[in-house]
Amino acid sequence: MITLLLLFVPLVASLACLLFDKAKVKVFALGTSLINLGILAYAFTLFKSDMSYQFLVDYWWVKDLGISFKLGLDGISILLVALTNFLMPLIILSSFRNDYKNANAFYSLMMFMQFALIGVFAALDGFLFYIFWELALIPIYFICLFWGGEDRVRITLKFFIYTLTGSLLMLVGLIYVYLQTPGAHSFDINALYSTALSASDQSWLFWCFFLAFAIKIPIFPLHSWQADTYTDSPTQGTMLLSGIMLKMGLYGLIRWMIPFLPEGVDQWGNVAMIMAITGVVYASIMALVQNDFKRLIAYSSVAHVGLIAAGIFSMNIQGMQGAMAQMLAHGVNVVGIFFIADIIFRRMKTRKLDELGGLANNTRVFTILYLIILLGSVALPLTNGFVGEFLLLNGVYQYDAWMAAIAGLTVILGAVYMLRSYQKIMLGEPHARSIEFTGLHQTEKIVLIVVALAIIVGGIYPKPILQIAGPALVDLLAQVKDIN
Amino acid sequence: MNTLIIISLLGVVAMMADALRFKKALLPIIVAGLLAGLGFAISSWNTNLSYYHEMVLFNNYSLAFTSLMIVITLLWMIISKHYFSSSSNMAEHAALVLFVLTGAIIMTAFSDLSMFFVGLEILSISLYVLAASNKSELRSNEAGMKYFLMGAFATGFLLFGIALIYGATATFNLAKIASFISVSEAAGNTPMFVYAGVLLIMVGLLFKVSAAPFHFWAPDVYEGAPTVITAFMATVVKTAAFAAFYRLFSTCFVELSGFWSNTMAVIAASTMIGGNILAVYQKSLKRMMAYSSIAHAGYMLMAIVAMNKISANAIFMYTAAYSIASIGMFAVIQAMTATGDESVDSLKGLSKNNKGIIVFISALVFSMAGIPPMAGFFAKYYIFLGAMQSGYQWLTLVAVLSSLIGVYYYFRVIFVSLQENNESEGLTLNRGQWTLIIASALLSLAIGVAPAVLSTLSL
Repeated sequence: MITLLLLFVPLVASLACLLFDKAKVKVFALGTSLINLGILAYAFTLFKSDMSYQFLVDYWWVKDLGISFKLGLDGISILLVALTNFLMPLIILSSFRNDYKNANAFYSLMMFMQFALIGVFAALDGFLFYIFWELALIPIYFICLFWGGEDRVRITLKFFIYTLTGSLLMLVGLIYVYLQTPGAHSFDINALYSTALSASDQSWLFWCFFLAFAIKIPIFPLHSWQADTYTDSPTQGTMLLSGIMLKMGLYGLIRWMIPFLPEGVDQWGNVAMIMAITGVVYASIMALVQNDFKRLIAYSSVAHVGLIAAGIFSMNIQGMQGAMAQMLAHGVNVVGIFFIADIIFRRMKTRKLDELGGLANNTRVFTILYLIILLGSVALPLTNGFVGEFLLLNGVYQYDAWMAAIAGLTVILGAVYMLRSYQKIMLGEPHARSIEFTGLHQTEKIVLIVVALAIIVGGIYPKPILQIAGPALVDLLAQVKDIN
Repeated sequence: MNTLIIISLLGVVAMMADALRFKKALLPIIVAGLLAGLGFAISSWNTNLSYYHEMVLFNNYSLAFTSLMIVITLLWMIISKHYFSSSSNMAEHAALVLFVLTGAIIMTAFSDLSMFFVGLEILSISLYVLAASNKSELRSNEAGMKYFLMGAFATGFLLFGIALIYGATATFNLAKIASFISVSEAAGNTPMFVYAGVLLIMVGLLFKVSAAPFHFWAPDVYEGAPTVITAFMATVVKTAAFAAFYRLFSTCFVELSGFWSNTMAVIAASTMIGGNILAVYQKSLKRMMAYSSIAHAGYMLMAIVAMNKISANAIFMYTAAYSIASIGMFAVIQAMTATGDESVDSLKGLSKNNKGIIVFISALVFSMAGIPPMAGFFAKYYIFLGAMQSGYQWLTLVAVLSSLIGVYYYFRVIFVSLQENNESEGLTLNRGQWTLIIASALLSLAIGVAPAVLSTLSL
């Protein structure tokens, strides 16, 4: 019941948004997203942190083909649903200063996006997962297409076709696995997990699934859609993409690939690891030379998620725990930092680092909040980023010390490019237009303060996150080891 | 059977409308007749009756396709009102359309090769005339002529094939042919000209469904024929052709599938790739839809290649999803034809002039491109599932990759519709076109959300 509420409140809200008065639709969207956050908080009070799926919902959808409408949450998925529900109100609040044309459609698509994302994280049926996975693509596609920048037509099409390629490969893989399920075929997650695929099957299936997830994450060298899409989308679209949608790919690796393709992972995990770590270094270096602030964040995001993917492929509990912690941390931080970019852009009409400077002189609150969010991104101890990054590097180290050493460069490079951007924007000689930089508005302040608080609290007391995800992750790894 | 009688009688009645002066009442009569036909088709579900010494057999398969075609025709009537009322030959046009439908129904219900041929010819000859029905337009005449010449040629192949099969088996009856073949295959003494006959029939049918490399007529005919007729050809006629194709091959020639299935698989693959790639380069939306219909034929051929227990449902789902989405798209093209400019670029301003329509057009485009939760996705899914079940992994991969090309050109419709038109006023849709677009979009969504309603019919 709770899962159904979590899922359908946003869908109903999405339809209701179309009927609402233009001026009030923002508030309505914010209200429903807060209601959903409340429902989630209630779910947490009932949640037992063991490895089982809870709040199960299970109906037949197409019985003849073994497709069911099965939803449930375990320690892994509830955290990602929590991330979605926590970020949604912030993202909506961050749009309050924007005056979008066709605001009704905009907020309707946002709420629809939330519906699809929760569906992705809660689905326990392979087919259902695929449907939600694709559904999540549609609203973000339109958000970028309607409200995006100049070059949006070309960029959104590239983005769409890129991700659809991966999805369709995954569909082929899913159908193949489904046809190997024992008895009357079924897409149920347990049926998919119980398949005994031969090593050669797993070998090619690995690529079907991995490409789908790697494009979404994105892992080097499949990232080329990402920087353009991030730069050209409206800020809220970028936040959705980087804050939540990337995690779909990472979640997919954990839930929908590793458990039933352990031998495939065994065969190709090393290649995936090398791709991920190459991406970490490559993206960090790219971030170093960017002049556009949004592009810089986009590349830093590639570096962060590359490390998370490496942690997942290290296939040990530290890596997995780190991945979970870092997924949440990265989601929060990246939304914060994109919002900072948006605040600056709206006041200064530029995102070019060399046209900015000396903003620190004008507003103290902004400077402090920016600094906290920045420190979270560079993973300073006592911020949320540190916990995840430490565990991830630990996990990768156990897998291969050299890879950990190379991946560790991201700590240094990350600090360099982040601090460089801070220095260029906030410090130094004030630019001619910097005087126009006015103080923060109420809503902007609220968003940044909530993000900053989440960064600090997550850094000082990360234990709950590790505890909730722990049993499910241990169970998952045990399953994989069993099959091996 | 009642359905078939009603609809053929309706055609005769329509012919007399001009002479007996009840032209004004004709449209309501046709709609009522179609609804009655639909009612009879649905009420004889599960009866499995055979008529006239096993000439036709109305089993669930044929009833399902018959109902689908009648529903599509009813939807099609919404936009074709203008075509009928504006021309002086309204009665003839209406009669011809009803005869096409009669032929189409026979093509879903035959259980005898002679009946199959009769149905196909009733359908084709009426269509040749309809394609050329815009007499003052050169392109329409060209379309009719081209269609007739190429169609007659293909019919020749088909007839030759049927003659060879008859020569070997001494019967037209599908069940007897099937049992002859299974006996002779088991004994290993199938006459060579059975194989030749199958091949010739296959060529004839591949021509009718416009599969590569027999597709060259399709773009010209689609572009030249009056838009409403193109809409009819792309939906009802295509459905009938595939229903007949599958019915013939699944009852008669299953035993020989080792002989034809690889050829057909290659043809399916080249049809999908060719149709989709050529569609990318089209400037005219009508021509683009022609190539897209070629590409869709490729996907449907996959079900014939797979030939297993879900194939019949897969073809039914696919023709339903494709026809419903296409008919909506043709409503847009009809508005374009009225302005005289059928290029994709003339869609500019569509969204601005018709507030809200873009939602429904996007839904149709998504269904055509096969993106969930629209009907088109489930149709593709069933096709892919069937192909994978029969071990055609490579064909599925080709299908997946070629449908990505589809996304590229389908989405152009959305992009361009959203742009502003600075040169002219742009398109404005009339009430009928609006209705049809909304109806087909909602139907596509409904099938997508509850695919089990169609997919679990016992065909």
